[in-house]
Amino acid sequence: MTPIVLPSYLDQSAAVKDRFDRLKQRPVSLEVKHLHKHFDSAGGQVTALQDINFKAYKREFVCVIGPSGCGKSTLVRILAGLETPSSGSVLLNGKAVTGPGPDRGMVFQGYTLFPWLSVKRNVMFGLIEAGHGKTTAEEQALQWIELVGLSRFVDSYPHQLSGGMKQRVAIARALANQPQILLMDEPFGALDPQTRAKMQSHLMEIWKNIDITVVFITHDLDEAIYLADRILVLKAHPGEVNEVIEVSVPQPRDPSQLLSDEFLATKRRLEELIHPEDDGDELATDKLNMVRMVHVNDQVPSVF
Amino acid sequence: MSSSQWLAVRKNLPAKPRAMVAFFSFLLPITIWCLVSYVPFLWHPMVEIQDKGGVAYFKSGMLVERELFEQERLTAIENQLQPPSGIRTNPIYLPAPHEVAVALYTSFTTEPKRRSEKWLHESLWESIQVIFWGFVLSSLFGVPLGILAGTYDFFSRLFEPFIEFFRYLPAPAFGALAVAILGIYHQPKIAIIFIGTFFQQVLVIANTTRKLDPSLLEAAQTLGAKNKALLFKVVVPGVLPDLYRDMRILLGWAWTYLIVSELVGTSSGITWFITQQARYKNFDNVFAAIMIIGIIGLSFDILLALIGKKLFPWQKAQ
Repeated sequence: MTPIVLPSYLDQSAAVKDRFDRLKQRPVSLEVKHLHKHFDSAGGQVTALQDINFKAYKREFVCVIGPSGCGKSTLVRILAGLETPSSGSVLLNGKAVTGPGPDRGMVFQGYTLFPWLSVKRNVMFGLIEAGHGKTTAEEQALQWIELVGLSRFVDSYPHQLSGGMKQRVAIARALANQPQILLMDEPFGALDPQTRAKMQSHLMEIWKNIDITVVFITHDLDEAIYLADRILVLKAHPGEVNEVIEVSVPQPRDPSQLLSDEFLATKRRLEELIHPEDDGDELATDKLNMVRMVHVNDQVPSVF
Repeated sequence: MSSSQWLAVRKNLPAKPRAMVAFFSFLLPITIWCLVSYVPFLWHPMVEIQDKGGVAYFKSGMLVERELFEQERLTAIENQLQPPSGIRTNPIYLPAPHEVAVALYTSFTTEPKRRSEKWLHESLWESIQVIFWGFVLSSLFGVPLGILAGTYDFFSRLFEPFIEFFRYLPAPAFGALAVAILGIYHQPKIAIIFIGTFFQQVLVIANTTRKLDPSLLEAAQTLGAKNKALLFKVVVPGVLPDLYRDMRILLGWAWTYLIVSELVGTSSGITWFITQQARYKNFDNVFAAIMIIGIIGLSFDILLALIGKKLFPWQKAQ
């Protein structure tokens, strides 16, 4: 079989190139400087993140991708202020992040809706905390719920909703506070493929229409390429920035691009970065030892 | 249904067999009790004398052990006297179900033997008051402390080590002390129930509070909730259903301290009724009183469970 000839993932059409040039002219929304994170464990100190540097521009969609154990969840938790970095800083619009706050909305993989509150009350939670009166909070909450298409379920409790619907409520809840940045930690990881695809296009739709920067953690390569302007590729042990990829697939995106040359070229590059051919010694032991199996009386001698 | 369906690991039985098995859980002990009471050859170690015959010290209606009866009967025959006759029966401390069933009714309608003594319903009411106040006082302090200890490590370290120690001290051991401080009436009894419940309560509720999903707290923080809002808008509503279930279990424990507490100072309430009836050898009444405690406890728990379903509609049906 002849290998499919693909352009380089670095090749950008004029339109794409122009867009990235303009994108980088925008003000910086989020800046991460020399970020380190160490954990103390029984076996000594573990470095989860080492010298992470990157910038996200206003209304940019950044995906963070990497093999398991690369610290991508730790990174987003530090951005949210839920964990403190060992050294380095996170700046949001030039101001240092010191703890969790409503200027950075967060969507978790596990939905984390408050089970004792109805959909409406869940979305109202942040608005009330921000000091809005009950009536304004309710009014705004209903608008956000309508935006994610769940007007029929305002009075339902979370346990009555499907996974995709729960995550839509979580997104509405995070957006209701009108944060400057939306942090998403593998938000669609627990959804089935159809729901996931639908959620991806919902999210793109929201991103296009709201003044918000998105940092999106995923381990799904297709998801990262489909959604992102730029992809921050991390590598594991220790978690470091491997490469920042400018996705050459033109915007606006739609599912038909999933098999385009740019898309596949980017995917091939991500594959190389995340699953390198030469795994090194560490992973060499991570193999099955099927050679030891002795075939006796197999009804079907070979699967091929 | 095959046996594998009856004994499927962690699977609920279908509705009908499920109700049936629950019914059997009551039917089984009652059946055993009935068999022992009504089938003479199973146990019945005593003989109730009907005709004393030639035995001088027997009286009609008297209960004697079977061996003694047999001995006296043979002696009587040997001495050419009229042999005594009697029927086999259980000892007086094991009344038959129908006797207890009758007592369940008559114990409420029988006038007390002495004017100063109380009717059963009055005794019961005393007991319920003692439990109520003991449990309410304990909860008044125990629930907030438990939630604080479960939420803030500071309070956990401040309260829990001492409480861990104190909960091993048996509540009844404080009886004499409680009487010395609080007198002989209701107060020391309430104190015993308080001591028996409070320390467990703080620890149980602190543990329940700690089981709250921490990601809910994180989500709330990213939505702008600060310390006080986290406690009152996330922790408290988040643990409420589990806390309510804990309280039901703890109320059951409070009941177990009732009998001990009522023996402290002047004995009163249902315990007084039980000891008094035992003194008169009215064991049917004793059984009736014990069952009344069980019935009150169980029905109260079922009532609370039903209220819980209404209070916490977001809880998935269990």
